[in-house]
Amino acid sequence: MGELRLMKGNEALAEAAIRAGVDAYYGYPITPQSEVMEYLMAANPIKTTGMVVLQAESEVASINMVYGAAGAGKMAMTSSSSPGISLMQEGISYIAGAELPCVTVNVVRGGPGLGTIQPSQADYFQTVKGGGHGDYHLITLAPASVQEMADFLKLAFELAFKYRNPAMILSDGVIGQMMEKVELFDPIPRRTDEFIKETCPWATTGRKKGTPHRIITSLNLVASVQEAFNKKLVDKYTKIKENEVRCELINCDDAEYIIVAYGSSARTSMKAVDLARAKGIKAGLLRPQTLWPFPEKQIQQLAKTAKGFLSVEMSAGQMVEDVKLAVNGTVPVEHFGRMGGMIASPGEILQALENFINKK
Amino acid sequence: MAEENNVNDIIKEENCVFKKTRLLTDKPLSFCPGCGHGVIHRITAEAIEELGIEEETIGIAPVGCAVLAYEFFDIDMQEAAHGRAPALATGIKRVYPNKYVFTYQGDGDLAAIGTAETIHSCNRGENILIIFVNNGIYGMTGGQMAPTTLEGAKTATCPYGRDTSTMGYPLRITEIISQLPGVRFVTRQSVHTPAAVRKAKAAIKKAFQYQSEGKQGTCFIEIVSNCNSGWKMTPSQANKWMEENTFKYYEPGDIKDDFKLLKDVVKK
Amino acid sequence: MTNEEIIIAGFGGQGVLSMGKILAYSGIMQNLEVSWMPSYGPEMRGGTANVTVIISDERISSPILSAYDTAIILNQQSLDKFESMVKPGGTLIYDDNGITVPPTRTDINIYLVQAAKAAAEKNMNKIFNMIVLGGYLKVNPIVSLENVEAGLKKSLPERHHKLIPANIEGLKLGAEIIKKIK
Repeated sequence: MGELRLMKGNEALAEAAIRAGVDAYYGYPITPQSEVMEYLMAANPIKTTGMVVLQAESEVASINMVYGAAGAGKMAMTSSSSPGISLMQEGISYIAGAELPCVTVNVVRGGPGLGTIQPSQADYFQTVKGGGHGDYHLITLAPASVQEMADFLKLAFELAFKYRNPAMILSDGVIGQMMEKVELFDPIPRRTDEFIKETCPWATTGRKKGTPHRIITSLNLVASVQEAFNKKLVDKYTKIKENEVRCELINCDDAEYIIVAYGSSARTSMKAVDLARAKGIKAGLLRPQTLWPFPEKQIQQLAKTAKGFLSVEMSAGQMVEDVKLAVNGTVPVEHFGRMGGMIASPGEILQALENFINKK
Repeated sequence: MAEENNVNDIIKEENCVFKKTRLLTDKPLSFCPGCGHGVIHRITAEAIEELGIEEETIGIAPVGCAVLAYEFFDIDMQEAAHGRAPALATGIKRVYPNKYVFTYQGDGDLAAIGTAETIHSCNRGENILIIFVNNGIYGMTGGQMAPTTLEGAKTATCPYGRDTSTMGYPLRITEIISQLPGVRFVTRQSVHTPAAVRKAKAAIKKAFQYQSEGKQGTCFIEIVSNCNSGWKMTPSQANKWMEENTFKYYEPGDIKDDFKLLKDVVKK
Repeated sequence: MTNEEIIIAGFGGQGVLSMGKILAYSGIMQNLEVSWMPSYGPEMRGGTANVTVIISDERISSPILSAYDTAIILNQQSLDKFESMVKPGGTLIYDDNGITVPPTRTDINIYLVQAAKAAAEKNMNKIFNMIVLGGYLKVNPIVSLENVEAGLKKSLPERHHKLIPANIEGLKLGAEIIKKIK
């Protein structure tokens, strides 16, 4: 059993980064995720694992530092919250276009604009529908506990390198700020430069004489070449969709009504399902752990027997669109959520579920 | 006599008086004839070759006329988003402190959209080389006003000449950079005469050598260059115009060395 | 079966968040599941601070609640806000220092812990929050004193370990002075 600690989600993520053998964290402070860099700066891992931690001048610079280090084959990451992630979209698009592995973390707060610093899930569209320009996808992991903040950091890097694709951890202010028991995985040594040269032949680590030079770019001036590249990306995305969907099903076996919720909304919904069951309502919870790829097939399977789906999010209704696409009109699908940093309590969710059932 | 005219007999090692550096690919340069970029590419590649550091060097290309620099340099290269080259260079250098990292940027890239990245990487004293090619215009997009465009100069977006009352003043970013304590070496060079080319190349070599010492301290080389297409001149007219006008505002010469200012950059 | 849902609320600076943290850490030492969810942001600065702590022997679902088994209340604003959110039959513990409108509910157990007064008398202001925690643990010994000590050891940096005996003193004092008033 790994080391047990009581940690904030943000801290667990930071500690996991050190333990996962991450080479570099480049970031910029923003509430509610500043603990990530604060923890890393205090831990000073350059002295232990050799991990670089640098406070950049902006989120724009942070993501481009990640771009540089990722292009050179290193495990590089950044974290921010909604407005900062908006600033990073250019860089994320370039990284997707250059097919580089890296991890960005969004501890979402209420928006649009400067919004609030309270928890929100209103960045779903930005994350899974492509917040930057061009046809691309981010592998998107949605932790619902402090434990998953730690575990998904490692998983995100594994998937990013497996597919040479940027990964996003889409968290929220609740998961970032709450403390829970976390079992930390044992530290993994950082990859050596030799290992990087062997496993990442595309990385700009310095061209050996007599070998072709490596180019990290997202530029194709010839449209047909760009289209061929886009097709290659589509093939990669198809493969990811086939292999990397992750979700948790709770009380779904006999469920007539399925709540679909991720992150902290999945936690409040889990309690709402308990409350519903106590009242004799056959409710269940489908909790996507990957938002892209989205658990379409699992939802389709449940739609064969369920009477309806309620998508619970801290937004005006974003993921509900993907639930509807998956259900494809066979049973009713509705959204329930609070916005702007307000959190729906389990009681409110239960009420929404009862309203949904009674409406029919 | 017939034998003497056979070209294949002339192409012999002992007859060679000039050879393109190995570190430029055979791909034809995309620059306009008369443009300084080709020469600056060449002397940069030569400096790397002569120092024997090609296997340890990573370059960053900008957005602008030099966007395809990665096609021409036969070394490992990354292509940055507009203005972000110093951030990429920082990201790389921090995880590979023993590699040589340089950016190659134009005036729009470095002194307009990328000002924050430029200032802050220099202010952190990142041990990188920034090569800044200043031709006072946005060449690639068709000759629009740059932050460095001289007062009164006409471009596509200041067709009546740069009016400083509404468009601001030509930015001497190199003088600003030279005042940052993290910066080790700042010089302003040109490549419009053979002598200037030799001096510019020597400066680039010196900057790479400084980087090899592993010390903190950014090296920043501005190369004032021409844009005969954008300026709507012949190459020789452009060079003459540059000497008569650009050099008055962007005075060539070393500005800072080994962290010491060599001239009063504030007074001007 | 253990499943205790607690809100601790007071002014910023009273040690509300750290009290919750020590309680949560003690829960871990006792092999229980725990969650600690603070209010965060501007409302903490000079205003009220509160934290929801859940201690359970099962996987914890929602870290955010609208009803609590126990409310530990250290100022009037928090009393006004949370008194109504205690489950019927639940527990409300409060320090009456600065309280002008005491709790009025009759369907819950109400305890008074005059921790501020005791701390001032015994020059124990720095461990005011531990006195309150001691009172709570007397009412509901959800974690043992040994596990609180182990939790303190785990949560405090080594250089502060010399303060642990004083903290334990505070816990014991709280257990002595707490009294049921309803």
